[in-house]
Amino acid sequence: MFDLLGTTLPSRLLLGTAQYPSPAILADAVHASGTAVVTVSLRREMAGGKAGEKFWSLIRSLGVRILPNTAGCHSVKEAVTTAQMAREVFGTSWIKLEVIGNHDTLQPDVFGLVEASRILCEDGFSVFPYTTDDLVVAERLLEAGCKVLMPWCAPIGSALGPVNMTALRSMRAFFPDVPLIVDAGLGRPSHAATVIELGFDAVLLNTAVARAADPVGMARAFGKAVEAGREAFCSGMLEPRDVAVPSTPTFGGAVFS
Amino acid sequence: MKVLVKGAGVAGLTAAFELATRGAAVTVAEARPSLGGNASWFAGGMLAPWCERESAEQPVVDLGRDAADWWDTVTPGQVTRAGTLVVAAPRDAGELDRFASRTSGHRRVDEDEIALLEPDLAGRFRRGLLFPGEAHLDPREAMAALHDRLVAMGVEFHFGADARHISGFDRQIDCTGMAAEDDGLRGVRGEMLILRTPDVSLSRPVRLLHPRFPIYMAPRTNHRFMIGATMIESQSAGPVTARSMMELLGAAYALHPTFGEAEIVETGVGVRPAFPDNLPRVETSRDTVAINGLYRHGFLLAPAMARQAADLIFNQDRSKETCS
Repeated sequence: MFDLLGTTLPSRLLLGTAQYPSPAILADAVHASGTAVVTVSLRREMAGGKAGEKFWSLIRSLGVRILPNTAGCHSVKEAVTTAQMAREVFGTSWIKLEVIGNHDTLQPDVFGLVEASRILCEDGFSVFPYTTDDLVVAERLLEAGCKVLMPWCAPIGSALGPVNMTALRSMRAFFPDVPLIVDAGLGRPSHAATVIELGFDAVLLNTAVARAADPVGMARAFGKAVEAGREAFCSGMLEPRDVAVPSTPTFGGAVFS
Repeated sequence: MKVLVKGAGVAGLTAAFELATRGAAVTVAEARPSLGGNASWFAGGMLAPWCERESAEQPVVDLGRDAADWWDTVTPGQVTRAGTLVVAAPRDAGELDRFASRTSGHRRVDEDEIALLEPDLAGRFRRGLLFPGEAHLDPREAMAALHDRLVAMGVEFHFGADARHISGFDRQIDCTGMAAEDDGLRGVRGEMLILRTPDVSLSRPVRLLHPRFPIYMAPRTNHRFMIGATMIESQSAGPVTARSMMELLGAAYALHPTFGEAEIVETGVGVRPAFPDNLPRVETSRDTVAINGLYRHGFLLAPAMARQAADLIFNQDRSKETCS
């Protein structure tokens, strides 16, 4: 169980809903993963008012909490408008805020992100900002009213896994009480387990599952990895040492030293 | 047996052919004033089941592998059997490996072989995949040829017709796509462009892989190239958006910079009917058989679905005879 902004969730895995081979496979993957929150993009589907309604109703029928996102927004104004539309369409004040700074790398525009966060938090939204692992930006986002942070661990869709463990460690140490969700860059279940072992509260991923050869099997694998990582974190892991430490005392052996 | 086929898209035309060949007296009723304007009209016309397997399930290969033979037999001269070439920009080389691992029926081609296959792409791509068993056609010409063949076979066409007011048939086949009243059906918007340039030529469809905007370019006659297609979870059939246009043109430019000088002769939008599993269905209720959900595989899967529908109708008819 995991408390996220006052909501108790049974899983620390959040799943994106884009790029699956079909909505049927998406539904099976969501159920296999055990996730309780899915993100859905509004940007493109809004074309023509309620034109995306059929897909949204498929998403609603998954029976999990919806975290709409502002994927593809490049300006503060676009992101704010999309967030407001999302609140209406899905009846939730949760918003995963993306303000993209570079079309090619999809790196967040952290300046626009802080500004949009301030506007949306004042408007009563619970903002989940997609950000980098920069501590100063993180502080500004908290000042702007965010209660949760979503740092990347590598560029979106790169499947690289955590590329800067030091930055992730210091972020966790710097904000011990803020829910931190690693968003973007995870490629394998072991990557997800790694960041959860570091003490991150949850992970959000999409491409790694949606574009796997078997998205349903991969969703299940990620669900298990996140669970294993969390249990390991709570159980106190051994720190690595440079010398061997035998687990059985060497009674009866000759002592040479 | 008198059969009414509702809809003159690729599903309706192929169904009309399968029924007429088996001896049914077929009438086709289409709400639009002429052939075209439907999702089939804006299709790519690639008969590429092995490539499609990258994002589709196995039935697409099983049902689509004979499509090129069907079109070749029924509309002689329409099908070009030159395979499909799949390439990726150097920095997206990983996409090529991913595509290869998800599909079969291909072989690796290097820079030299790409130059032999498509001389205009010489030196632009170091690695690619060739799917030699695949084929393509021009959807509009193929539909027109099939229409003419059906007329010659005695099939009656009513364009601009309201099928509700046409009666006196033993059976109906509903091939109206998005217009069908089916709650399970959703629309997936697809945007396409047609460019014209005499400065580049391609002998076969080329797919340019990209993690976010995979596109294909299908060569057509008169120096035209169809570029498609976006996949947006939306029923909107409104005009192509600037963003989609930029994605399509960006990909065309990446394939060959000369496309930057091409004329944009057409932009088009089609809404593909799809079921939640993105696979087509033949469904029966009372005296109506419905073919729907062809999604992005109209020309590829319509022949197999038409055959299934015709089997269903003729078997039903036979079982009725034995009962009475």
